[in-house]
Amino acid sequence: MRDRDKVIRLIYAAVDEINETLPQERQVTKSVETVLFGRSSTLESLDLVGLIVSLEEKLQEEFDTSFTLADERAMSQQRSPFRNIGTLADYISEF
Amino acid sequence: MDDAQTMVITGTRKGIGRYLVEYYAARGWQVIGCSREPVDFSLPNYEHYCLSVSDESAVSTMFAAIRKKHGRLDVLINNAGIASMNHVLLTPIRTVQDILNTNVVGTFLFCREAAKLMRKHRYGRIVNFATVATPLKLEGEAMYAASKAAVESLTQVLSRELADFGITVNAVGPTPVKTDLIRSVPQEKMTALINRQAIRRYGEFQDISNAIDFFIRPESDFVTGQILYLGGV
Ligand SMILES: NC(=O)c1ccc[n+]([C@@H]2O[C@H](COP(=O)([O-])OP(=O)(O)OC[C@H]3O[C@@H](n4cnc5c(N)ncnc54)[C@H](OP(=O)(O)O)[C@@H]3O)[C@@H](O)[C@H]2O)c1
Repeated sequence: MRDRDKVIRLIYAAVDEINETLPQERQVTKSVETVLFGRSSTLESLDLVGLIVSLEEKLQEEFDTSFTLADERAMSQQRSPFRNIGTLADYISEF
Repeated sequence: MDDAQTMVITGTRKGIGRYLVEYYAARGWQVIGCSREPVDFSLPNYEHYCLSVSDESAVSTMFAAIRKKHGRLDVLINNAGIASMNHVLLTPIRTVQDILNTNVVGTFLFCREAAKLMRKHRYGRIVNFATVATPLKLEGEAMYAASKAAVESLTQVLSRELADFGITVNAVGPTPVKTDLIRSVPQEKMTALINRQAIRRYGEFQDISNAIDFFIRPESDFVTGQILYLGGV
């Protein structure tokens, strides 16, 4: 079990990084409700890849173990942990 | 963190990998290498990691250390590779697994981890190792040739997946070069193989660094997904 607030802070730090590369109209809002995946997301698929990779790095630095977020476990869940920032934080907290 | 151009080379204890370390270190590159056994040389701008290229957690720890220390990676040369001359009917499954792990899984893992780091600066050059044994359909090297066919395919698909990050992915396919890799292959087999090249001689280390130099030049940013066989194969 990991501190969910800490996880959310790390997700926001990864969002900051991705936002630096995105145009104004596609900036990702830092909120637990922000949709990351699917039609209502502002992220294109390659941006999502970038977000996940930066987040994995930050998690590895913070918790000193390596994370593979987009593994079969995540992908086989009926409801994707990547739906929004809140569900992603829940998923990582329980990792 | 430093400003020197940084390069990772796998399989640096001996053979072509060791030559490449000396060649690029002498040209001012910060070189980071690895092999299962430790190396018996040391150079001021060379760091060594003892690991097997197919060991995911060791590789990921190595890249985390590179990220912390250098904060960048410009070039990856996936040189580590093994072969085993054997008739298919006499090839143990353990040999098959070892060849696939080192040549395919190792190349994949290093490409993946390197690309994560290269992505940060939207610049990178990856050079993989193919072989003329694949196009020449070399008998006695079925698994080796097949594993390098997988490396070619990986090179071509990754060149597309990584293009948006400013990363090129190419491969060099050497002809026989006198290293331990081919030591156990009988002389007449080698001569027969070399006779199938347009230019009939053994490859030299310089032939390989020359091809790599071309792929990693900043000007080669429009060259990707290519397999360059030497010797006119
Ligand atoms: N020589 C040729 O004729 C020829 C022709 C075409 C292509 N190639 C390709 O060129 C590359 C280099 O070959 P070479 O002739 O220099 O071979 P080599 O002399 O046998 O050297 C192989 C190097 O790879 C390292 N290595 C092997 N397995 C490893 C593993 N699992 N993890 C980390 N390092 C590993 C070895 O060090 P450790 O034993 O300490 O791990 C050694 O430094 C290979 O990819 C080969 O397929 C060679």
